Amino acid sequence: MSRVLAFLTRRRGGKGWHWTDIVTWAWLVGGLIVMFGPALWLVFSSFKTPAALAEFPPTLLPVATQTVMVEGYDKPLELYRATTDDGETRTLAQIRRVGIIAQMVDPRDPGTVYKININDRVPVRSVDFATENYVEPMEKNDFTLYLRNSVFVTAIATIITLLTNSMAAFALSKYSFRGRDAVMLLIVATLMVPLPVLLVPLYSVVSTVGLFDTLWGVILPTVATPTGVFLLRQYMLTIPDELIDAARMDHASEWQIYWRIILPLAAPALAVLAIFSVVWRWNDFLWPLVVLSSKENYTLQVGLNTYAGELNVQWHFILAMTVVTMIPVVLVFTFLQRYITSGIAGSGLK
Amino acid sequence: MGRITLTNIDRAYNKLKVLHDINLDIEDGEFMVLVGPSGCGKSTLLRLIAGLDKPSAGSIEIDGTDVTTVTAAERGLAMVFQSYALYPHMSVRKNLAFGLENQHMPKAEIEERIREAARMLEITDYLDRRPGQLSGGQKQRVAIGRAVVRNPTAFLLDEPLSNLDAELRISTRAELAALHNRLKTTMIYVTHDQVEAMTLADRIVVMRAGRIEQIGRPLDLYNAPANLFVAGFIGAPRMNLLSAKIVSVQGSSVTLEGPGGLTATVSADTASLKVGDDVTVGIRPHDITSIDAAASGEDHLDAEVTLVEALGPETVVHATIAGGLPLLAVLAGQPVAEEARTVRFRLNHEKLHLFDANGERVAAG
Amino acid sequence: MSSGNATSSRIGAAFAAPVTLAASLLNVPLKAWQKLTGNNGMAAFFLAPNMAIFGVFVLVPLVMNFVYSMTSGSGIFLGDRNFVGTGQYARLLECPNYLNPRGCREDLFWTAVHNTVLFVVLQVAFMTVVSMITALILNRRIPARGFWRAVFFFPVLLSPVVVGLIWRWILQRQGLLNFVLFETGFEPVDWLLDRDWAFAATIAVSVWAHMGFYTLILLAGLQAIPKDLYEAAEMDGTRPARVFWRITLPLLTPNLLVVIVLSLIRAVQIFDEAYVLTGGGPGTSTLYLTQYIYEVGFASLLRNPGLAAAASILMGAVLAGLTLIQLQMGRRGERKGKR
Repeated sequence: MSRVLAFLTRRRGGKGWHWTDIVTWAWLVGGLIVMFGPALWLVFSSFKTPAALAEFPPTLLPVATQTVMVEGYDKPLELYRATTDDGETRTLAQIRRVGIIAQMVDPRDPGTVYKININDRVPVRSVDFATENYVEPMEKNDFTLYLRNSVFVTAIATIITLLTNSMAAFALSKYSFRGRDAVMLLIVATLMVPLPVLLVPLYSVVSTVGLFDTLWGVILPTVATPTGVFLLRQYMLTIPDELIDAARMDHASEWQIYWRIILPLAAPALAVLAIFSVVWRWNDFLWPLVVLSSKENYTLQVGLNTYAGELNVQWHFILAMTVVTMIPVVLVFTFLQRYITSGIAGSGLK
Repeated sequence: MGRITLTNIDRAYNKLKVLHDINLDIEDGEFMVLVGPSGCGKSTLLRLIAGLDKPSAGSIEIDGTDVTTVTAAERGLAMVFQSYALYPHMSVRKNLAFGLENQHMPKAEIEERIREAARMLEITDYLDRRPGQLSGGQKQRVAIGRAVVRNPTAFLLDEPLSNLDAELRISTRAELAALHNRLKTTMIYVTHDQVEAMTLADRIVVMRAGRIEQIGRPLDLYNAPANLFVAGFIGAPRMNLLSAKIVSVQGSSVTLEGPGGLTATVSADTASLKVGDDVTVGIRPHDITSIDAAASGEDHLDAEVTLVEALGPETVVHATIAGGLPLLAVLAGQPVAEEARTVRFRLNHEKLHLFDANGERVAAG
Repeated sequence: MSSGNATSSRIGAAFAAPVTLAASLLNVPLKAWQKLTGNNGMAAFFLAPNMAIFGVFVLVPLVMNFVYSMTSGSGIFLGDRNFVGTGQYARLLECPNYLNPRGCREDLFWTAVHNTVLFVVLQVAFMTVVSMITALILNRRIPARGFWRAVFFFPVLLSPVVVGLIWRWILQRQGLLNFVLFETGFEPVDWLLDRDWAFAATIAVSVWAHMGFYTLILLAGLQAIPKDLYEAAEMDGTRPARVFWRITLPLLTPNLLVVIVLSLIRAVQIFDEAYVLTGGGPGTSTLYLTQYIYEVGFASLLRNPGLAAAASILMGAVLAGLTLIQLQMGRRGERKGKR
């Protein structure tokens, strides 16, 4: 334990507190709050009922007023701590509220009705997770539909990306042919042409090939990522040519070389690209927004935005759906972030 | 100026102690070499002297002033790093000037010092080049120059020759010795190469596993190593170490019997020795000659020759004593020695070293 | 341990079986192709899918975009449009005073340009400083550096829609930020309903969402500086501020330039999180170029794809310039490294 403490309190000045140490810890702790806080707040808020959401000042944890079943009444009644006329504070259940007077009974002795001014009572609250915020959008088919669409797009796009990018990277790293440099130049050039610049004509191209308002129309334009090709090519350049020559001597066809030698050896780079692709495709927004027009085809991101843009925003649903949209990325983050950060550092700052 | 004293220095990282109770007194103007195998703590000790690290216990004094808590910059020392640590984005001139600018020295004086150091180290031609444009040897001289311009109380050098090729190492060694003669400033030099230690040092400190094994002048260490470790470390090729047993003790000498039929009577302080004790006899390869197989008497042993390397002025003979023990002899000239033949070797009686069962040198009687 | 491996390898095998079967089946025609056309033919085959997609979905639209920008009309297909030469560009650039968007013919376009330029300058400056400070702090000897690095990287992975919604929720009049201000004695602000605060919010949210990525790049650069340079500087008696300005910063400059150019390129294209956060409002105070292109091209009732295409070409020119700079820097970096 003392070792942990010594570890935690390691400082620049050795024994004393240097001002840089204070700044360091303030920045780190501040960063923790600012970076994680909003997401945590989102999660907590997503479990609150609409009534709790409207409260100001808000509570940290989702709370709701406790209810109790009282003999003689059909519905559960809300519990309050109220001060009665005789000055005593009791726990009472509220039958109804008329104006500023609340009619309340003791749950154990429902015969007597107390009339309490609403200012003299405080609700008895406890932590309560309003999971219906999550369940209802699932039951209204839309949300599960969006989820399904996003999963479909992400999975298929990633598979196609891995395949086409690795094939192209193989050709560009292990074959020499006339025009290879031209092809490389072309791919580099497409790095300079981001989506906003292609938006208008891309829309008409996609419509012309009949992919407008389809999930394939969302998938296909996104899979030929230049970054992916470069990443894989960079890695494949480190695979010794002798391996390929040996395989050719062993009468392997080029396809077999690609499938049985190059792909398995490039697995680490493929894994990094897969992670990138999953995150990119899951998070895509502008293109799906443009290409999709019927609600059934919306991905999660577009669906979320549509709900949030309605006149009467139902925050308790939106927050829950946002959390669900966030989950895959959080999973990737928790288990795989080390691959992403090493992928970025290793790719030479692409 | 330049007298450095270390008293009871300990350095530990959590539970791991890397320096144990080091006591060292470095004279003003001395060229002191810290030598030892990797991990013995010599570089750590150098960094403690520099102020780049703090001891866990003990004190460091420079010219009588306690500097244990003084920062590196204020100790007035200069360091030459193993990797040179030249600022890659500055010219050589700026590299040399950087430390002096920190002391707010007037420009004219900075210029003067740079000019002088550059002339001394023959780097005037590269003053405006960047480190990336220099060869290893040139970078090394710039690194030394950066230390020289500061007129330090002492120079600290951390394995400065280890990144140079063999030929450059020899010439730079000579240049360092000349520099020391000229500046007469204390130099503390760390290396794992005992040849550098032997040739450069006024005194050598042999270290192992965080402790000092022996301090002394090079030839003293060569002629009278204090224990088995120093005996095997100093001197190339390594000293032959043979296990022997004491068979009789007389007054101020002992008689022992060793492998290959060796018997020897050696002058020794017999106070702690008795018959039957295990001892180690040491004899350097250069102190062995070959004699006629029929000769008798003490100080000789028989061994079977396994390899003969004829170098011209001398011949290296690898042999095996009965029981598989190796023996290495360097014989002068070109004596005939055939492989797979048994040869009688004579050990120079004056050059026999005796170590007790604990590996400590046994003093003469 | 072994049982876990056995199960996962069995599941893997179950997936792999049809895939490997498909691959082996493909081998037959491909071998024939290879015999027919040799290695060059195979290279062409491997390149084909990727290049086909490039061609159809990047190169063709790129060319078409130029054509679009020279047409007018509201139909989306080229056939339904009229050729007007440089008419759309003239319309866009018609401006008595470029510094006053409202006086221009296409005031919406120029408002978007002004907003975007201001956004780019402020956001890149702000984010570079924040990333630099964070990288310097992460470079120190702190325990669990990997954890702290991940903390700052977390928002980078979130989808822009999620980012926009989280902050819209927090910046509401009754949201968390106002609550904190209220509790600490400050006046709550209507962040998203005030023109200037909404603009500031888009900058702040964008920095929040992306700084982790650039911090990583700068951190890698800092860690590449050899430690013994700092020790030599310490022996030289250098004060910490001077160490930063004369040693750390000059050696970090290549990474810093990469960060600045990359973030410039991204900032010019700002859309997703800002759109979800403010939708361009209040009014047009947070309307940026990409949203302009989106609305004028598709979403608004007065859509004018030709105008949008022209605007996107102008934007593309700026981006192409920036990307060229970035590639040049990359090539210079490679050459330096080879020495």
